[in-house]
Amino acid sequence: MALNPFEHADSASSVSGPPSGSDYLADSVFRIIALSCAALIILLILFILWEIGGLALPAMAQHGLSFVSGTTWNVGTQEFGVLPEIWGTLYSSFLALILGGTFGVAIAIFLTQDFIHARLAAVFRTIVELLAAIPSVVYGLWGIYVVIPMLRPVAEWLHSELGFIPIFGTELSGPGMAPAALVLAIMILPTVAAITVDAFRRIPYKVKEAAYGMGTTRWEAILKVMLPTASSGILAALVLGFGRALGETMALAMLIGNSNQINLSLFAPANTLASLLASSFPEAGQIEVQALMYAAVVLLLITLVVNVVGLGIQQYTVRKFEGKA
Amino acid sequence: MSATAEAMAPRAAAFTPVGPTVIDCQLQKVFYGDFLAVRNSNVPIEKGKITGFIGPSGCGKSTVLRSLNRMNDLIPIFRFEGHVKYHGQDVYGKNVDPVVVRRYIGMVFQQPNPFSMSIYDNVAFGLRLNRYKGNLEERVQKALERAALWKEVKDKLNKSGLSLSGGQQQRLCIARAIATEPDVLLMDEPCSALDPIATRQVEQLMLELKESYTVALVTHNMQQATRVADTTAFFGVDISQGGRTGYLVEMDETRRIFEDPQEDLTKQYVSGEFS
Repeated sequence: MALNPFEHADSASSVSGPPSGSDYLADSVFRIIALSCAALIILLILFILWEIGGLALPAMAQHGLSFVSGTTWNVGTQEFGVLPEIWGTLYSSFLALILGGTFGVAIAIFLTQDFIHARLAAVFRTIVELLAAIPSVVYGLWGIYVVIPMLRPVAEWLHSELGFIPIFGTELSGPGMAPAALVLAIMILPTVAAITVDAFRRIPYKVKEAAYGMGTTRWEAILKVMLPTASSGILAALVLGFGRALGETMALAMLIGNSNQINLSLFAPANTLASLLASSFPEAGQIEVQALMYAAVVLLLITLVVNVVGLGIQQYTVRKFEGKA
Repeated sequence: MSATAEAMAPRAAAFTPVGPTVIDCQLQKVFYGDFLAVRNSNVPIEKGKITGFIGPSGCGKSTVLRSLNRMNDLIPIFRFEGHVKYHGQDVYGKNVDPVVVRRYIGMVFQQPNPFSMSIYDNVAFGLRLNRYKGNLEERVQKALERAALWKEVKDKLNKSGLSLSGGQQQRLCIARAIATEPDVLLMDEPCSALDPIATRQVEQLMLELKESYTVALVTHNMQQATRVADTTAFFGVDISQGGRTGYLVEMDETRRIFEDPQEDLTKQYVSGEFS
């Protein structure tokens, strides 16, 4: 119980008094609970890293950095290299980010900048967010039965007419980078759109007023004022979307073709780290499991680096544009 | 409102400025939806002078000011009866783009609202918008000097405008508004978020500005009106129709409004009986 030096302050009617002992106790208990919840998360992450790292250790010792630079994955000869998967992971996520990011930001602008009635915008937003509720495997099936057949004529035309451009360099044989990236773009769209919508919503009305007061047209106000103002939030949205794309597994395992090759062509099959893990685990022996654990560590590292770099860029824009320390 | 009620409504004696008017503003009725916000307010803005708008909260002085450069167009339920003419041209004419109006009639708002970009880019914003071909840096420096901000920011023009203090931000907004040298500058309580020193600087700036431009100033501070305004329009609130409807009570030379007002309401207001 805290000392109350004002006990004898003489105001007869005063009901002021110190907090009771149980108040202080509740304070400490609450603090301890909150602290342990936060600590638990950090411990959990460390634990996962420790366990996976431990399982991957034999493979790490055996293959070293050649694991990251190698291009073959052959269980028979025990040759394990994940460069094609690293390439496939980054390439598919990058394509998805360009597509999903562009559409996501455009949708956010459409929903927040008075193009439609606020109530209609809310309905629209809910529909976009519903995209996030569709299970990954359903996206995969939809990709196989709808996206790939739809892409086929387009891909054929692009390859025959513009085949000299590397990105159209091969024919679409079925699953491949293009359908995977397309579906991935749709999957990250709700994340990007929802967070970007919030970034635009956070802009105070006075900023919009200032823009129009300077005599901007609507597009000038959006492009020259609203976008820079929302830039840190939009970057956060893109980083989160990219992170989701990097780790997405099921739909990609169904759509990307699981082929161990590095190819710029959008129509060539490829593979990603996550889908390599998902498709190889069920039949993997002990040695391969160790290699797969190593691949998981690589994926974790990529995700970590992307998030840290993204966060850094976002902090930089906050400092640059918003002047906050 | 029926014809008789309209005739009975208090109506200010029309004020005609001596010099040429830049904006001829005659607002019979201003509505937000069904709500009558302002009525019977004829406020001519005289060229090269500072016209002050004073009155209690909710008297519609900001609404009138914002009608002048069509800022009220941002509010979809805004409509009005009457006319606003700028150099004889109808501001609300069918073929008039409000964007054009706002490029000639600039505005400074109550809350500092710099853009989240560098100090330099803030001031250069309007110049770039108008595709200014001359020396951008020179113009930016001149605008910042006139806004009494240059000395404080000349070494950190690349820093964000939002890194400045409130008073500095407001002077930055003034610099942004005057960089393009608009013909008329509307100021909506520009000093309400400022400390006395910054207020003093902004008032000094207004007095300099009227050498070349016309200023219309909404202020909640009567002393500010006496210090800077040449002409003062006093708005009152009429609650007789159920809502709170603002209207022009009296408009005259500032000295007359404060020393020899014609209306009782003005007399009570300037002597501090209500605010």
